[in-house]
Amino acid sequence: MKTEHWLDDPRNVRKLWLGFLVVLALTVIAGAFVDLHPHFEIESWFGFNAAYGFVTCLLMIVGAKALGIFLKKPDTYYAKDERNE
Amino acid sequence: MSSVVLHPALILIAGALLLPLLRGNARNIAVLSAPTFALIALWLLPEGKLWQVPWLDYSLAPLAVDKLSRLFATIFLLMAAVGGLFALRQQSRLEVPAAFLYAGSAVGVVLAGDLVTVFLFWEFMAVGSTLVLWSAGTSTARAASMRYAMIHLAGGVILFAGVAGQIAATGDANFHAMQADSIATWLILIGFLINAGAPPLAAWLPDAYPEASWSGTVFLSAFTTKTAVYVLLRGFPGTEILIWVGIFMIFYGIVYALLENDMRRILAYSIVNQVGFMVVGIGIGTEMALNGAAAHAFAHIIYKALLLMSAGAVLAATNRRKCSELGGLFHSMPITTLCGTIGALAISSFPLTSGFVSKSMVTQAAIDGQLQTVWLFLAAASAGVFLHAGIKFPWFVFFQKDSGLRPADPPASMRWAMIFFAFLCIALGVYPDSLYALLPYTVNYVPYTTAHIITQLQLLLFSGLAFFVMLDHLKRTPTITLDVDWLWRVAGPALSRMGGTTLAALRLAVTAPLASVATHLRSRIERESRHDGLLHRNWPTGTMATWVMILLLTYLVLDFSAL
Repeated sequence: MKTEHWLDDPRNVRKLWLGFLVVLALTVIAGAFVDLHPHFEIESWFGFNAAYGFVTCLLMIVGAKALGIFLKKPDTYYAKDERNE
Repeated sequence: MSSVVLHPALILIAGALLLPLLRGNARNIAVLSAPTFALIALWLLPEGKLWQVPWLDYSLAPLAVDKLSRLFATIFLLMAAVGGLFALRQQSRLEVPAAFLYAGSAVGVVLAGDLVTVFLFWEFMAVGSTLVLWSAGTSTARAASMRYAMIHLAGGVILFAGVAGQIAATGDANFHAMQADSIATWLILIGFLINAGAPPLAAWLPDAYPEASWSGTVFLSAFTTKTAVYVLLRGFPGTEILIWVGIFMIFYGIVYALLENDMRRILAYSIVNQVGFMVVGIGIGTEMALNGAAAHAFAHIIYKALLLMSAGAVLAATNRRKCSELGGLFHSMPITTLCGTIGALAISSFPLTSGFVSKSMVTQAAIDGQLQTVWLFLAAASAGVFLHAGIKFPWFVFFQKDSGLRPADPPASMRWAMIFFAFLCIALGVYPDSLYALLPYTVNYVPYTTAHIITQLQLLLFSGLAFFVMLDHLKRTPTITLDVDWLWRVAGPALSRMGGTTLAALRLAVTAPLASVATHLRSRIERESRHDGLLHRNWPTGTMATWVMILLLTYLVLDFSAL
């Protein structure tokens, strides 16, 4: 099947995903061979930065979603007061 | 006062005043040459207080140059030039002159050696930026420009009160490092922080900037907040509270940007986030941290303008701004996609981009100061930047689902502006020494170590993994998230309306009985004025004498009782 762009082909997207996961694994494995010069005790744990980046991002998304429950409004919310101005 | 020396800010402002008179190619040439001349003039200036003006009992220095002010003036003028190139095809004839007044005033602030000059240019900046916003010509932009002007005028009043108090207390108008230890210095600090987008008023920024035109937002993103960073750097280095103000700004920006649907509001929230990093650096206050804050401001102006140019190109081509209505644009806008992605990588501090060599100096300063909590916040924030701007912006605008839109890349002037800034994002990342040489203190820092590259990649790539794992929860919906601007857009007007009705009811309650008393009185007076009435009657002299006697007696009693 001919697609408009090579990125439209699901097979290529799958390959990209595979490549991404390989790079992810490599950055963690590299930690075993390279001295990462930990500045703080906590940083010397194996794969600390990877786990920390992943977990804090999940927390930020969950935190944002929680805030959104209270503060999300349709994007026409302010349209009324702008017509008055 | 030496008159041979040209003031770069005045060159740009003169250009702004000249532009409305020109048309066609002459105007285009003037747009590009005014900031270029100003930049040349800036680099011909020696260091020191070049203009000294006596004013009242004070000595003012409207033109003072050192490494820090030259760094900021350089990036402001570069931004004005490339922004001018990007905006060459802007139809509004007001926008670019307003932007040059705005940029010139920002240069005026950073080249000011005294607080009076700082304040003057500070207010011109507010005028210029309001006009940029206003020139977009839509009703939403006009409403936003009024709200924006209110906040900045209020900030200006606070700053002025602080400046007046500080000069009265010290007798010294010079602008140098201060301690936040008196009401006056606190007012100055608050005035500065309002422009930086600090809490609690940060919402003015995402409320206003995204309402400007496709090119207007590019100008707006650069000057106000970074001038605030400059004055904080010079005025309040090492003020500890700034660390926590900055950390709040960082996470506020991330959380709101994650919830946002409008592509330029995402980027506006991320300005607050990025300025937060600079404010943390100023709060830490070591030479490494201050260098980091200054370098990050320089790098940030470039990649943020680049991101907003790519968003502006999309807006100009599609007239759409919501992520939920965009997507798949990489098919037909390859250059915009590439430039936007480079900007996104730079803001995320990927190795080989400008963000990597600047932001990491702030992080390094936290490490050097053994500030583990601050460092943990900064590391999480670095991951969060990739999450909310680095992936989210390009993913939802250029990739994700195919919206079916096939707009072409923008015209040459816009393309070259983007390509030039994309080039700078990479060039500064590859040759950081060119940036480091401009910093206020000697740089003793090597950004490219194997350890640093690997830890940074771990942090960022796993943040990317989190994005795709949680993608279902990040799908954009046509919503906005209420921010503190709700207080002055909804709560304030509602309160004043409520106050108005209460007042009206109160007035009625008081005036209705009074009115009936008055009517009664008038009819009584009218009745008594008729010719048989009390006021028209002849009174016997005896009555008068009696009244006079009563009066005199009263005096007597009062006189005695007073003894």
